[in-house]
Amino acid sequence: MTATATSRLPDVSGSAFNLRSFLHGLPGVDKVGVEARAAALGTRSVKTTAKAAAIDLAIRMVDLTTLEGADTPGKVRALSAKALRPDPADPSCPSVAAVCVYPAMVPVAAEVLAGSGVHLASVATAFPSGQAPLEVKLADTRDAVAGGADEIDMVISRGAFLSGRYDHVYDEIVAVKQACGSAHLKVILETGELGTYDNVRRASWLAMLAGADFIKTSTGKVPVAATLPVTLVMLEAVRDFRAQTGRQIGVKPAGGIRTTKDAIKYLVLINETVGSDWLDPDWFRFGASSLLNDLLMQRTKLATGHYAGPDYFTLD
Amino acid sequence: MPESTSPTKATRAAKAARSRTVPAAKAAKVVSARAGAAAPAKAGRKAKTAVEAPATTTVAPVAPAGRLAVRKTYKLFIGGAFPRSESGRTYLVDGDNAALASRKDARDAVVAARKAQAKWGAATAYNRGQVLYRIAEMIEARRGEFIALGVPSAEVDAAVDRWVWYAGWSDKIAQVHGGANPVAGPFFNISAPEPTGVVGVVSPASFLGLVSVIAPAIVTGNTVVVLSPAPQAAVTLAEVLATSDLPGGVVNILTGRPAETAPWLASHDDVNALDLTGVADPALAADLERAAAGSLKRVIRPPAGTPDFTADPGLRPMTALLETKTVWHPKGF
Amino acid sequence: MSPDSGSVALQGETSRMFEYAPAPESRSVVDIAPSYGLFIDGSFVPASPSGGVFKTVNPASEEVLAEVASAGVEDVDLAVAAARRAFGPWSALPGAERAKYLFRIARIIQERSRELAVLESLDNGKPIKESRDVDLPLVAAHFFYYAGWADKLAYAGYGQNPRPLGVAAQVIPWNFPLLMLAWKIAPALAAGNTVVLKPAETTPLSALFFADICRQADLPPGVVNIITGAGETGRALVEHPGVDKVAFTGSTEVGRQIAGSVAGTRKRLTLELGGKAANIVFDDAPIDQAVEGIVNGIFFNQGHVCCAGSRLLVQESAYDEVLTALKRRMATLRVGDPLDKNTDIGAINSAAQLSRIHELSEIGDSEGAQRWSPQCELPAQGYWFAPTIFTGVTQAHRIAREEIFGPVLSVLTFRTPDEAIEKANNTPYGLSAGVWTEKGSLILAMADRLRAGVVWANTFNKFDPTSPFGGYKESGYGREGGRHGLEAYLA
Repeated sequence: MTATATSRLPDVSGSAFNLRSFLHGLPGVDKVGVEARAAALGTRSVKTTAKAAAIDLAIRMVDLTTLEGADTPGKVRALSAKALRPDPADPSCPSVAAVCVYPAMVPVAAEVLAGSGVHLASVATAFPSGQAPLEVKLADTRDAVAGGADEIDMVISRGAFLSGRYDHVYDEIVAVKQACGSAHLKVILETGELGTYDNVRRASWLAMLAGADFIKTSTGKVPVAATLPVTLVMLEAVRDFRAQTGRQIGVKPAGGIRTTKDAIKYLVLINETVGSDWLDPDWFRFGASSLLNDLLMQRTKLATGHYAGPDYFTLD
Repeated sequence: MPESTSPTKATRAAKAARSRTVPAAKAAKVVSARAGAAAPAKAGRKAKTAVEAPATTTVAPVAPAGRLAVRKTYKLFIGGAFPRSESGRTYLVDGDNAALASRKDARDAVVAARKAQAKWGAATAYNRGQVLYRIAEMIEARRGEFIALGVPSAEVDAAVDRWVWYAGWSDKIAQVHGGANPVAGPFFNISAPEPTGVVGVVSPASFLGLVSVIAPAIVTGNTVVVLSPAPQAAVTLAEVLATSDLPGGVVNILTGRPAETAPWLASHDDVNALDLTGVADPALAADLERAAAGSLKRVIRPPAGTPDFTADPGLRPMTALLETKTVWHPKGF
Repeated sequence: MSPDSGSVALQGETSRMFEYAPAPESRSVVDIAPSYGLFIDGSFVPASPSGGVFKTVNPASEEVLAEVASAGVEDVDLAVAAARRAFGPWSALPGAERAKYLFRIARIIQERSRELAVLESLDNGKPIKESRDVDLPLVAAHFFYYAGWADKLAYAGYGQNPRPLGVAAQVIPWNFPLLMLAWKIAPALAAGNTVVLKPAETTPLSALFFADICRQADLPPGVVNIITGAGETGRALVEHPGVDKVAFTGSTEVGRQIAGSVAGTRKRLTLELGGKAANIVFDDAPIDQAVEGIVNGIFFNQGHVCCAGSRLLVQESAYDEVLTALKRRMATLRVGDPLDKNTDIGAINSAAQLSRIHELSEIGDSEGAQRWSPQCELPAQGYWFAPTIFTGVTQAHRIAREEIFGPVLSVLTFRTPDEAIEKANNTPYGLSAGVWTEKGSLILAMADRLRAGVVWANTFNKFDPTSPFGGYKESGYGREGGRHGLEAYLA
């Protein structure tokens, strides 16, 4: 899949120096500017028909997620059923994009989702810290794929990234990508630990150069998860990467997106930054859990003209 | 150098009397200038070269027998040099032939001032302060010369002190007149004064007045073209400036009739500000201000009453010739 | 809108463009009367026989909003006399009391900000998101800021006993009607002056609403007088022998006339005039934010901004990258109904201004510059101009020298910092400039050498009541905002 990807890019795989030179040659990101731009887009007013379309699209983009130590087969079965039919009372309500679980729960979810078209994602590679030997990460990945996951959400080694060992991060992603086989690889940058927007841009490019199919903001396990400006920087990265290489990469903000209003802001961001090509579950996902019920509540409000309460929507 | 005791008044008699303390040639010149003052220009000039003995009864020392005094020629001061007026014109002032500056001299002086401005404006404030202090030193050293020209010694003292005062302002005005602005957002924001550029100045006749219009303009990095109606003191000041490490072109002095040259400065598009402190005629001041409106020059109007140059000038003489530049930059990583 | 996307194979179902439904701000929050008089000595009065009436229209629809009195010379006399009568008591008030009036006004503006924002967009044509998120917050902030100065003037650095000047004649433009009013009135009142203000002929309404706010705040009659009218009214006001201070914001041409007209008087004068700002983008700039800065610099408020970044200077080594990104970004600009919350570019303020923009753009064409605008549908009614860039522009082009005051950007290139400085400064104007680079020492060196009153580095078109604003050279003199803004109103 990546064979022809880097034809218009320098060959960065061979040397740590080349990789570093390339990543540090990317245009900088001005924090105040990017945050102002994201905030300005956040003021777009999306109403009536546009809002209805946005809600359905957002539902179709949800990676319905449970990543708890307390997860059980029962919890995962319930979540998977919800993914298939988010609003049992309304058959016109679309399914979500995917269910996202720990590798141990993959077989349970796979059983429910089989043949549905809803994807099954699993966090592998010693999620969420990534602090394990490469062999362990690869085994983790292979297990998840073997269990039925067709999408793998890996974490990068932030320690290696922050200490400038970009080649180490690169090599790990290449190896995991190989272990994924035909499964799509989402690379979690854990932007809340990267410290700067410049690093977000560099990590985005590093992941894309190494073969990521998606770049994802966060594990949801550190205090700062997805934000609009971080996602904006990542969208700019996938836009520029496609302009350079012809390869389109997806983006997944995860963590902290809880309301319809939040979700619509992200859709506006896509619309006005990378355009409609990314307004599709194949190219954009929300890693979320409670978001889905808020989308369903707003959907019902638009349809019925009055507000509903949480009891009218299923628990995950 | 000269004694520092202060004569009481600047009468001609006192001027002559004080001339005892200056070098002989100078004193002779002063005396002969007095002789010439009464005569027509040409006769005066002739008298200067022909008369060796004092033509008056004052007791000023004379040149040794057979020693002809070497007189000073009062020329313009442009770009650090002392050219004659391109027009070739002179006029008689107190028996001296002074250059009568023309429109083209004003033009040349503006070119010189513009050429010098960028570097002078970019010099460190410390450096400009040192130069101004040096000017004070040089006047102090030549105070007898100014006194001999009729400047009361108290006024010379005040002029020296004024240069010292302004010398100290060079690296403080930005702190007093600028500052950080606490804007409501993640921005670094700072305002600092900068020189407005080239300033045309119609100087008052008095020596302290002349110093009081030049010093505040140049201490902040402006360059000036000064029109002075009092050539001897102005050109003597130019000689001070020329020996004070002041870069050529920072101060340019044109002598002659300001009413003739000032309109050319007022309408000159490459002059940024106009100081009319020395314009006594309200109609002329209004005309000049109107002409200055063409390129939106900053204008310092003539003072409402008789100016008291001995008073504390305050900041306005400096701030009127400053631009405030405000720079914004985001803060973030 | 995706460049270089030829090789992309989209997977899954093709999504459609996300179209926002209309999201109009409600007009019902503002109640515009059919006609307005002049606000003199605390009351609305009709114009004298020497005056008349004129209509103000919504530039987005050409609908007449109201009929407004046009002040004649007698009205100017009355207004100046009222301000003169009010000056004694107002200037004698303890600063702390004047401060409280200004704080009160600031609060009322905040409370009525939605109403005023809608009104401003109706009368001016600017997008509601700008009147709501930029103009009105800054208006209120300006009154808050100067309110606090009223009892602290002795600490402002203009002498230990600063005194007000007297009656201030203030003439403001149509591009930020209420904000320019705030910039003029707040410092004048704080310093103890009284004012006669004339808003622009095409945007008189928000100033008249402000008059109502003065009444609501129980401001003593005559402290603020608002007289409406065209250029002749303004001329009569600034030339009136009874005024002590003239403050004008507008074109350099009118500024020149005013500077000439006060010659030989003791009137103090401050002028905030035109500009032709260079927005300089180096190849190491944060490109995405620089593009936002370019767009904000020239398309904010339809380019009706004296400090607009109307000359883009791009380093040649980044030219293709910046231009590609700029055009892509411009394609997302939404032009249309100023009251729609999603509108980025509203209506051109008047037919006269529109024809001036057309005229200069046609000169750009005829001088051989290449014009480009994104696809955009302009409404049939009203005054509209698509966001436009001209490439291939040199310093010799008129569109690189003259202020267009519209959404038209001239793009020039440079190779080295020295060349950028030379080109940026090669103009009789000197109001603002922009610099985009990630290199700190380059920013500081550029900021030092740019001959402009405001330098925005890695940002553009930022304003704050604490931050002095004003020009070098033919962009005028005096500063508005900050401590420096008081100087114009103190003796």
